[in-house]
Amino acid sequence: MAGEYMIKVEVRLFAYFREGREKNQILMLEENIEISKVLGMLDIKEEEVSILLLNGRDGPADRKLKDGDVIALFPPVGGG
Amino acid sequence: MRGYMGKVLRVNLSERTVKTEKLDLNVAQKYLGSRGLGVKTLIDEVDPKVDPFSPDNKFIVAAGALTGAPVPTSGRYMVITKSPLTGGIAIANSGGKWGADFKATGHDMIIFEGKADKPVYLSIEDDKVEIRDASHVWGKTTEEVTEILQKEVKDAKVLCIGPAGEKLSFLAAVMNDLDRAAGRGGVGAVMGSKNLKAVVVKGTNKINLFDEERVKKVSSQKIKILREDPVAGQGLPTYGTAILVNIINENGVLPVKNFQESYTSDADLISGETLTEKYLVKKNACFRCPIACGRVVKLADGSVVGGPEYETIWSFGADCGVFDYDAINEANMLCNEYGIDTISTGATIAAAMELYQRGYIKDEEIAGDGLSLKWGDSKAITGWVKKMGLKEGFGEKMSQGSYRLADSYGVPEISMTVKKQELPAYDPRGIQGHGINYAVNNRGGCHIKGYMINPEILGYPEKLDRLALEGKPAYTKVFHDLTAVIDSIGLCLFTTFGLGLHDYVEMYNAVCGDIYNDESLLEAGERIWNIEKLFNLEAGITSSEDKLPKRLTDDPIPEGPSKGHVHHLDKLLPEYYAVRGWDENGIPTEETLRRLGLEEYKKFLGLAQA
Repeated sequence: MAGEYMIKVEVRLFAYFREGREKNQILMLEENIEISKVLGMLDIKEEEVSILLLNGRDGPADRKLKDGDVIALFPPVGGG
Repeated sequence: MRGYMGKVLRVNLSERTVKTEKLDLNVAQKYLGSRGLGVKTLIDEVDPKVDPFSPDNKFIVAAGALTGAPVPTSGRYMVITKSPLTGGIAIANSGGKWGADFKATGHDMIIFEGKADKPVYLSIEDDKVEIRDASHVWGKTTEEVTEILQKEVKDAKVLCIGPAGEKLSFLAAVMNDLDRAAGRGGVGAVMGSKNLKAVVVKGTNKINLFDEERVKKVSSQKIKILREDPVAGQGLPTYGTAILVNIINENGVLPVKNFQESYTSDADLISGETLTEKYLVKKNACFRCPIACGRVVKLADGSVVGGPEYETIWSFGADCGVFDYDAINEANMLCNEYGIDTISTGATIAAAMELYQRGYIKDEEIAGDGLSLKWGDSKAITGWVKKMGLKEGFGEKMSQGSYRLADSYGVPEISMTVKKQELPAYDPRGIQGHGINYAVNNRGGCHIKGYMINPEILGYPEKLDRLALEGKPAYTKVFHDLTAVIDSIGLCLFTTFGLGLHDYVEMYNAVCGDIYNDESLLEAGERIWNIEKLFNLEAGITSSEDKLPKRLTDDPIPEGPSKGHVHHLDKLLPEYYAVRGWDENGIPTEETLRRLGLEEYKKFLGLAQA
């Protein structure tokens, strides 16, 4: 049965995403869950996320998670 | 004239004469102004082989056609000269209020020639221009000199050097409005070599606009775009550029300990979020800026000063293994006071720390300074800034930059520089386009003249895979040319969070007349990039210096999210030369010069190839 195994995923939040949320969270999740589901759990809309890093690589929210993954989420911010 | 004021000041410091010349409008429009006009003037009047500290080198200060105009972020000016640090072209720009006030004196550019026999400063109040004695302010810090000269010329804006410039540190900056810096390339030392301490401006002239109604309309439209853009309108005002610390670190490309590592678990101690939460007193905006990325922070002793930018937080922080904001804020303040470039100063301390770590610098060499070169020593970073700013003790050796320091121990490869200028705060092993920008940048190790971080990390104007190679040279070329445009018309590069090429065309044309379209304006940027390249070639900087430190092309990143990657310069460089219309030695072809209207500089090509 899918999701039988639980995985440990670290979520790191930055800038405004820290408002009203823990900035670093360890979540126990079902294996192969998509990042978009995690965003829902955090009450963050996908379109609010400007930089979505999975283990340091930017990409879409439909990527699936495995044990030990690190997600870093940034709203639109920048500098130079 | 529209946009331009039409007058150039030629100040001969040897003869103590000031002449007012008419601006050649055709030349100004062809090279846009500011950076482009200054480089064009320098290459026409100065032998690129000149000793940077010779009276024959010139020190040019120039405003853009839009500087001071009623369009957003129009506070910028440019300093153009031959760099003592790189031996090539130096183009350093700054914001604040000085640039707009200079333009209001009714001038577009000042050309300083020769060398004063004793310290002087230039005072410009509209047409009243005087070379004045500056012996009473020689040796003073930037804050002291600003305070004194603002009593001598009431309500004036002050551009000046600190002790580092007077003492000819190759890292010396030109400062204005206390804490704004034209920082890179050692431009402050060229001012010092001419015994020129300050330029004080106060003006009442208005800029003639081609179409006032159109300027109003275009300007409010651009301000609206910037206010509504999430980065320019919210991210930068809230967190300043420091927000990058966590972004760059989470991508595994934050250089730590002189690029020996590229990720740290301590980044949040020096992040933009932490700066905002614990140290920020208020924001600071330059002239006509709706963004206000500037920071004002509180130091440990309670004093309130200009705060650090991302690059500075990195150079004194992660690059030196220091995760202490009080020390970083103080080091930044000291750099402003002594007038020394924060990027190169912090990065040189980091290189010295690695030289110490590897046993090249011995304890006995620094014993007299009472400072350590140990990673993470907060007291060391502030202590060495003072020593470098005043060229005291071992600081004298460090004040000429990391390349000359490391080279003196026979290990120049420990210096993380391109063309002897320290690389900024991004490890190109994990950002391939940004690496090509570093390698070919006309002013040496530099991030802003082709900020590929925008597409490769931040997603502006679109997201690119930071590790991909394909298409990166062409993309980088466009960034180089567009940046030359924005610099040369006199606006801030942060407007690119929101604005694109066509927006700049609209603003330039509304102010100056219907002169440019998208294609021709970008080509003007390309012309400017090429003339800078010609200056460098003639100065003896060939493609052998279009390279990255060996560590970045040979040694994979050891840990973190970008573990295992190197920079693939060998694959990217030939393609960059090709898309530029340069030959395989990185030399513009005759056809390229013809296309860009640079035929008159053909004479340089034969010499450069010899």
